[in-house]
Amino acid sequence: MEAKFAIKDQINFNSMRGADHIKVLRIEPSKGWVPLKVRELWEYRELVYFLIWRNVKVRYKQTALGASWAIIQPFMTMVVFSLFFGKLAKVPSDNVPYPIFSFAGLVPWTFFANSLDLASKSLIGSAQLITKVYFPRLVIPIATVLSGVVDFAVAFLVLLMMMLYYGTMDLSRMIWLPLFLLLELVTSLGVALWLSALSVEYHDVQYVTPFMVQFWLFATPIAYSSSMLSEPWRTLYGLNPMVGVVEGFRWALLNTHTGPGAVIIVSSLAALAILISGAFYFRRMERTFADVV
Amino acid sequence: MNDIAIRAEGLSKRYRIGLKQEKYKTLRDTLSQTFTAPFRRLGSAFQHQNGHRNSSIWALKDLSFELNRGEVIGIIGRNGAGKSTLLKILSRITEPTEGYADVHGSVSSLLEVGIGFHNELTGRENIYLNGAILGMKRNDITRNFDEIVAFAEIEKFIDTPVKRYSSGMYLRLAFAVAAHLQSEILIVDEVLAVGDAQFQKKCLGKMDEVSKGGRTILFVSHNLVAVQSLCSRAIWVQDGRAIEDGQPGLVVANYLKTATTSIGERIWDNPTKAPGDDVVRLHSIRLIPQGTTVDLMNTRTPLVIEIQYWNFRQNTELNLSILVHNHEGICVFSSNSAGEETWHGKPLPIGLFRTQGHIPGNMLNGGVYRVSLLVIKDGSNLVHRETDALVFEILDDVKNGNGWYGKWQGVIRPKLHWSTERLETVSDTAMQI
Repeated sequence: MEAKFAIKDQINFNSMRGADHIKVLRIEPSKGWVPLKVRELWEYRELVYFLIWRNVKVRYKQTALGASWAIIQPFMTMVVFSLFFGKLAKVPSDNVPYPIFSFAGLVPWTFFANSLDLASKSLIGSAQLITKVYFPRLVIPIATVLSGVVDFAVAFLVLLMMMLYYGTMDLSRMIWLPLFLLLELVTSLGVALWLSALSVEYHDVQYVTPFMVQFWLFATPIAYSSSMLSEPWRTLYGLNPMVGVVEGFRWALLNTHTGPGAVIIVSSLAALAILISGAFYFRRMERTFADVV
Repeated sequence: MNDIAIRAEGLSKRYRIGLKQEKYKTLRDTLSQTFTAPFRRLGSAFQHQNGHRNSSIWALKDLSFELNRGEVIGIIGRNGAGKSTLLKILSRITEPTEGYADVHGSVSSLLEVGIGFHNELTGRENIYLNGAILGMKRNDITRNFDEIVAFAEIEKFIDTPVKRYSSGMYLRLAFAVAAHLQSEILIVDEVLAVGDAQFQKKCLGKMDEVSKGGRTILFVSHNLVAVQSLCSRAIWVQDGRAIEDGQPGLVVANYLKTATTSIGERIWDNPTKAPGDDVVRLHSIRLIPQGTTVDLMNTRTPLVIEIQYWNFRQNTELNLSILVHNHEGICVFSSNSAGEETWHGKPLPIGLFRTQGHIPGNMLNGGVYRVSLLVIKDGSNLVHRETDALVFEILDDVKNGNGWYGKWQGVIRPKLHWSTERLETVSDTAMQI
């Protein structure tokens, strides 16, 4: 055991010696738009991992309900939606039982909504880190959004169980699901970057976010189906990238006919635009974070 | 191969609004300002408002220096002189407004110990988390893990959440992680000011060890003793500029010389703006030498430190503490008003109060002293800390010197009660043995 460590040390030592050229870093004022520095971000992937791990661990340790919290939130919303929209208003649900129709939308939605809410508070909550140590600041919103994946996985298991219960389990399109998951991640991260960068400059963004999320919920086909819209409006509707995510989830899991096509393409482009602009905006604002936060 | 570790050229940092920290804006303010801006501009055209709002301060101005590999450099200066700003720029936490710095090699900064520690996580988990935040690779942490735990002396509690740690254990663990950073340049801020004496000794020892290992250290401290014993060079920063750069003993001596403009009293007249909060505000702090004037106090002079303050809230429990530091930065003593005779620490009614602390004569040695005042309410809430509220010099008392004109040894100079007695007579026979 000890010998093994000794050899490892030796190798590290040699590789350090081998790299005789010393990296020179210039610290100077930056102006305007700055590069994203994706490579540096990649070097800090372990920090992202540890922050996700901390967020998940602390949340599950501190809340009495722990993992069940991840289920209760979308599940209760589903019950309410099923009662009011499904039973009373009789909203059409693409020939799928309404509870599972809405839950399939609520699972990705909850991930999105929680991402935005937590991201809008993430930088202010990490003021101690930001003012005391250097690391690429993008790490914080990225870790915040990715922390939600655990809750998402738990809720997704419930969704699968519901599919079994309602007998709508059909895995033929399941292989496409990762694509929609990716679209969801891109969307969530993009909006999260905008909100977190804005929240440092304007501290009330964290209070505005819940309202925004509320409006966005009804602007997304969760309680209803986008098939209620006729073309070209439905395609245009895809400018809200969550439309693509939710309809994609339903198409892949519930075999609805509101399949991919123009809507998904529009949503993907919109999501990418939000992510890229968000990342650059974040980097631009980043230089003042430590002074303002 | 050059030997430079850090080269700074004309580093400057400006903060706006005349505040050390820029105040954050709110969306609401920005929106309302946008709508009212045309009207305000109209208004100001008539009123000739001056541009007070755009005032700014230079926390750092045109600072240049070169730091060689393996040097241990101490940055000294008053609070607000720009030391922390310099460290923040070199640590890449904030950007300079002008100038640049070239950093050769990997840098770790240690502006605070235990960054990112979470109370719910165990010691083991916090080591990994904190290490990752400080830029250590997971393999490095694993490799140094046992050593970190041993240094912190917390083997038994490594899997206990840190919220159950004593403050000493917590600090030891926090410092232990930082002490195992492997980078070539280390930037350290006042971390040694925390913890008990034994812990401080351990930290200083570790710093010494690190510096002997050939790594470059940039070290900010108020502990001038530490600066003199650890550093090979010192830079004295004042008002954002480097005043002096050289051998630590000399720089510290010169720093102390100019820093000793005596402050015998401070008065704050405005009860709404004086230091403090809505509950209590300072009115004045004054040094009253007994039987002589402030210029002629010597080691025999009894001193009174008088503090006047307004209490605005019924039944406030107040505690005034003074910390007296000597010219070496050593805290000679601290004392608080809890043992005061009239109120016995009982809650105070509303009013203006005067509290006096008596420092007996024949206690302080000759030299320059700084008194810091802490106002604490409700047992543990720090209302205000006035650092260096009073600065005064005690002259050596030549009369007591008994032919010895050098400086008396020791931090304090008590006049002990000496006595000599003859125990028995010694007979002639005994002397012959």
